[in-house]
Amino acid sequence: MSETVIRVENLSKQYRLGMVGAGTLREDLTGWWYRVRGMEDPYLKIGDSNDRTSVGNSDYVWALRDVNFEVKRGEVLGIIGKNGAGKSTLLKLLSRVTAPTTGNIKVKGRIASLLEVGTGFHPELTGKENIYLNGAIMGMRRAEITRKLDEIVDFAGVQRYLDTPVKRYSSGMYVRLAFAVAAHLEPEILIVDEVLAVGDAEFQKKAIGKMNDVASGQGRTVLFVSHNMTSVQAICSSGLVLENGKVAFMGSVHQAVDRYLSVGKEDLSKSIFSFNKYGISINRFEILTTTGPSNKITPHEPFSIVVGLNVAEPQSKLEVNFAIYTERNTKVTEFGTKYHDFNTERAAGQLNLEFRTRTNPLAPGSYYLNFSVSNSHGQVFHASHVLTFDILSVAFSKFDRYPKLGESIIMLDTELLESH
Amino acid sequence: MAQTQENWSLVIEPRDKWWDLKLNEIWDYRDLIMIFVRRDIVAVYKQTVLGPLWFFLAPIFTVLAYNFVFGSIAGISTDGIPGPIFYLSGTTMWNYFSTCFTATSNTFASNANIFGKVYFPRLVAPISTVLSTLFKFGVQMLMFFCFLGYYLLFTDAPMKITNWAWLFPLLVVMMGGLSLGIGILLSALTTKYRDLRNFIGFGVTLLMYVSPVIYPVSSVPAGYAAFVRYNPISPIIEAFRLGFTGSGTVNVYDLCYSGAFIVIVLSIGALMFHRVERTFMDTV
Repeated sequence: MSETVIRVENLSKQYRLGMVGAGTLREDLTGWWYRVRGMEDPYLKIGDSNDRTSVGNSDYVWALRDVNFEVKRGEVLGIIGKNGAGKSTLLKLLSRVTAPTTGNIKVKGRIASLLEVGTGFHPELTGKENIYLNGAIMGMRRAEITRKLDEIVDFAGVQRYLDTPVKRYSSGMYVRLAFAVAAHLEPEILIVDEVLAVGDAEFQKKAIGKMNDVASGQGRTVLFVSHNMTSVQAICSSGLVLENGKVAFMGSVHQAVDRYLSVGKEDLSKSIFSFNKYGISINRFEILTTTGPSNKITPHEPFSIVVGLNVAEPQSKLEVNFAIYTERNTKVTEFGTKYHDFNTERAAGQLNLEFRTRTNPLAPGSYYLNFSVSNSHGQVFHASHVLTFDILSVAFSKFDRYPKLGESIIMLDTELLESH
Repeated sequence: MAQTQENWSLVIEPRDKWWDLKLNEIWDYRDLIMIFVRRDIVAVYKQTVLGPLWFFLAPIFTVLAYNFVFGSIAGISTDGIPGPIFYLSGTTMWNYFSTCFTATSNTFASNANIFGKVYFPRLVAPISTVLSTLFKFGVQMLMFFCFLGYYLLFTDAPMKITNWAWLFPLLVVMMGGLSLGIGILLSALTTKYRDLRNFIGFGVTLLMYVSPVIYPVSSVPAGYAAFVRYNPISPIIEAFRLGFTGSGTVNVYDLCYSGAFIVIVLSIGALMFHRVERTFMDTV
């Protein structure tokens, strides 16, 4: 069971950003000339690390840099990371869609990837024809598909529509069919990317069950890429965290999820904006959770909004107020100095305010903050979206269950009492 | 570690050996080729009223137009063969070439969606294109033979079937090979440098005018003969005409020249294609 089936060594992938033009040809020729003389391509020495938020000064970027890891047979590895951390690039390299720039990947057994649903599905062809097409694209022989056809159709639950062109399928049926084909490929290694987000609850259950079967029952290996920490924790035995194209952590899935959630705590919690009006300027604005500054908050976890104001002139009628909105622009609530016994006449100096919630009834989802400052001149500053934060949908025990992401606005902290 | 000595079934590295085309892998995917061929044939005419009838209509109208413009107005020689048969023989062969060529030269762009998600030997796509076009070609060939039969049996047109007709299968293979070779060569070049793509459209048209599609080689003025003569398509079309109508200017050496040209173009094309296929997703 502990045999290594995937070994990734010093894997790097460089991308050239920007336009392809006359300069491209020159750089290509230069690189080629260096290689002809047996030297290293000079363009491999430059390039920025892959950080989406900072503006790089090179046209070359390393989507992956010196990645090393191993996967054992039967392991279900969750690959997690922020958008642009290099997850998709890693999967593309593993599924041989594109070649690495340096390093290598050694694999034992057949790899099947489910990078996106219904690869190669032709809308005009029927479900059955597409099963053959899709299966063959993924490397199955015709006879093999025929042998498993009934099983595939049964798993997808689309018997009724087998002779209907797939363009008439609902998106859910489409995914079911696509996943069914891939699941019956019997690859030694299965790569799955976020596909479970689409099907209905019943099918998701089926798909997760199938992945578990594939891994535990049949001793195969699954690589699972997802942003949904709940399903990562439900399915995976181990986790790999990618940050800016590098392996930040590899180990048990729970530690990996913790690590991933803590990533946001460093760079996203501080809001970047500034103003300076009527002698008021801002020098601190962040969310504090029980574990420190972060914009990722676990369910029911109280948090604080911290504001630091630098007041250069004495102020009268000073007010600092906030409103919380959901991602879909529904106002949840407002709070601020006007709801407190707050001294609105202020002398010059530093003013630090912390608004601490005693409880946190917000349901899992994304929220943003509006922020305003006013004084005797009226509203001095107002901005929406000064800060966004997420209430996570992470289960720390099997008793933790939350409303579906983004569906509810609040959740009550309830107890269940049963009496006879 | 003992494990490092193990047999990996697959090693993914930055660069392959440039000569290793992995042709055996293409053989492993032969079922996929057949399924692609089937898809291309079936899918094109789904939801069209006339269906496969389009295979006939397009060449018939082309031949009518050619007969009118080049035969009646311009008065270009047809080597004494009836116009419809002459143009039909030319366009049927030519269409096979141009359809295959145009489609295969666009391999990467038109398959970007699939290539971007799954690995399979990329040559599978252009090969299946050439094969599925063969179906359309076969249907049109059938029509040609019907016309041919009519002219041979019911008219006294000066035509006869010669022994060159036996070469017909070889000629088709040569035409397919040539279009595949040039097609994949250009597809490899156009992924990064798209300028070439603009050239392909009118390049095909130009190529037709230096091929004996609407005129016979025998009527080419001496000063321009070289253009037509060194065009590897000419001997193929002329040999086809010689076989089925008895008039054509071609000899064994011309055909050998074409054959050699095709082998070279196919080899270069396959090598270039192979170089590009592993990383084209980054540039497309």
